Amino acid sequence: MIRRTLLATAAAGLTLAFGAPAMAQDVTKACFVYVGPIGDGGWTYQHHQGALAVKEAYGDKVEIAWQESVPEGADAERVITQMALSGCNIIFTTSFGYMDPTNNVAAKFPDVKFEHATGYKREHPNVSTYNARFYEGRAVVGHIAGKMTQTNKIGYIASFPIPEVIMGINSYFHHAKLANPDVELVVTWAYTWFDPAKEADAARAMLDQGVDVITAHTDSTAPLAEIAKEGGKAWGFGQASDMAAFTTNDDGTPGPRIASIIDEWSPYYVKRVGQLMDGTYGQIDSWAGMPEGEVVIGPMNDAIPDDVKAEAQAMIDAITAGEYHPFTGPINKQDGSAWLAEGETADDGTLLGMNFYIEGITGDIPN
Amino acid sequence: MIRLEKRPQPSKAWTVLTPILAVILTMIFGGIMFGLIGTSPVEAIRTIFWDPLFHPQFANFSRPQLLVKAGPLILIAIGLSIGFRAGIWNIGAEGQYIIGAICGAGAGLALYPMESALILPLMVVAGALGGWAWAMIPALLKVKFGTNEILVSLMLVYVAENLLASVSSGLLRNPEGMGFPGSRNLSQWSSSQNLELIPNTGMHLGVLTAFIAVILAYVLLTRHIQGYNIRLTGEAPRAAKFSGVSPARTILFCLGLAGALAGMAGLFEVTGPAGQISIDFGSGYGFTAIIVAFLGRLHPVGILLAGLLMALTYIGGELAQLMLGVPGASIQLFQGMLLFFLLGVDVLTNYRVRFGAAEVA
Repeated sequence: MIRRTLLATAAAGLTLAFGAPAMAQDVTKACFVYVGPIGDGGWTYQHHQGALAVKEAYGDKVEIAWQESVPEGADAERVITQMALSGCNIIFTTSFGYMDPTNNVAAKFPDVKFEHATGYKREHPNVSTYNARFYEGRAVVGHIAGKMTQTNKIGYIASFPIPEVIMGINSYFHHAKLANPDVELVVTWAYTWFDPAKEADAARAMLDQGVDVITAHTDSTAPLAEIAKEGGKAWGFGQASDMAAFTTNDDGTPGPRIASIIDEWSPYYVKRVGQLMDGTYGQIDSWAGMPEGEVVIGPMNDAIPDDVKAEAQAMIDAITAGEYHPFTGPINKQDGSAWLAEGETADDGTLLGMNFYIEGITGDIPN
Repeated sequence: MIRLEKRPQPSKAWTVLTPILAVILTMIFGGIMFGLIGTSPVEAIRTIFWDPLFHPQFANFSRPQLLVKAGPLILIAIGLSIGFRAGIWNIGAEGQYIIGAICGAGAGLALYPMESALILPLMVVAGALGGWAWAMIPALLKVKFGTNEILVSLMLVYVAENLLASVSSGLLRNPEGMGFPGSRNLSQWSSSQNLELIPNTGMHLGVLTAFIAVILAYVLLTRHIQGYNIRLTGEAPRAAKFSGVSPARTILFCLGLAGALAGMAGLFEVTGPAGQISIDFGSGYGFTAIIVAFLGRLHPVGILLAGLLMALTYIGGELAQLMLGVPGASIQLFQGMLLFFLLGVDVLTNYRVRFGAAEVA
């Protein structure tokens, strides 16, 4: 008898655990898993701004919850499961490393919606993926870099050799080269997304080689702080977030951050939560950019000459209007073989699997 | 005047009482901290210590998760504690954990997509050997050249982390992974997956191994001559030498054992909860295990309890973030307080507090 009761209790417990949120809710709960602290000033900060925008847009009709600094490993699956158990209706997992955990948890909670940033696995109908076309931003800062460099050497602090980063390097260099045919690119691999000390070292090493414009594919402000030490002889860009603190120096002169690529997740988050509330939600694979307002170029400071500002603005307008694709031929691969013919644009599949440099970049992609 | 007076013998009563006192102090001061940031202290403390075990909505999931989280911590800490008892300071368990996972995963992936019941055992052996070999570097350098094992083992963590980044984006990268770093998912390949032995208990092979390690370590330290030699080496190195205990053998044994256990822990994680070799696979278990080892007073049963307590603060801390919206940093601060008080009140075990002026001798 006792044993049966125990079993029944266990069964009831399991239904509670994995039977999904049984409670009908008037309030939609949107939850966010962050890889860094919300005060990182970059990647996670921007995602959190998006979460706050959801709250702002829908007020009392939504509730938001989040968890910071969740390691991408054994802990992620537990954290996501706990969120689903706590009654979250939609869970945004905002880093690539959450891909398998997100799909695993989604299998157990068919009634909860899962949204995974920057991944490609949608193994269940309740998993969507989303990313932004950061290469559009790289094109604009590449153009500015090509115009601004005095030494004709520009730098790129790369994180990991994945298509996302290689796409950024190619877009940056391609547009720098169009603006300044003599430009050379130095790529430094930091093998981290967020490590201020390593990022600063990478920036320092490039500056010592005579590089005077640096963009970073890592998230901290450390490279800008390092560039600031050059006292107006070198320039950089805000990455993921505006990093406006570096726009102006204390003495009023233009600071090392001459522009920035801002990840603006608010439009996507507000849209998806809204769809969930009004019943139009469906599984998607979203890859939006400047036209949708997800990639934004932050204010250009006065170190940039007016004509360059105007050119950059023209490029932003053209990309936003859908008139210009940053990967428009003629572009050759690094080995000289043809990639895109005159006027041809890259297809998304090639970009998402990009594993080659374009012509003019020296060095190899590490393997 | 408050004075501390050394006890002739460590107090038995305080050895048991200090952990409890430390938890109470943490609750009080942690509660004050949560109060200061505008969260109800009672609710916060309840969420951290009570809810993972008894909350109707979460407990069915989080109770087994306590074992999953504590398993690798206990397994690594057991290995470390034996070295620490002998005065051998292996700080590099994180590296041994990573290398164990890489070697074990590599051995398995070399056979992919073959299906055989022998693959997981082979991977466990490869993982243990990998961790053992990584620990042999500081061990041999110490034996041969007298290098400091603290520095060498710690530095090898950074080497291991770079190796991890390299194999994740190179040698072990999933060929079907669209060029992204990270290996195939080992928890989704039936030959390598390390599943729960009994559903919904959290008991996977790694947790079971950790429990066995606790028992074996207890037997080793209390019943076996090697355990006696280890304790002797730590407490009276000269006496150990005179009684014929070889320092070199003790070093090789202790570091090798710790490395093998850490390597196995890495393998069990990569085939189970983590699922794949990725750049961020090493999430600090090797370092946390040092804390667990000391928290458990280097005693096998103490380590078992300390591992579970650490796991509780992690999982409870996650729930507090999620349910109460407290910042992640406050949870780390809370965990820090717990450790601080545990080590701080430890002084009561070895010293007596005396009030009043010092007596003139």
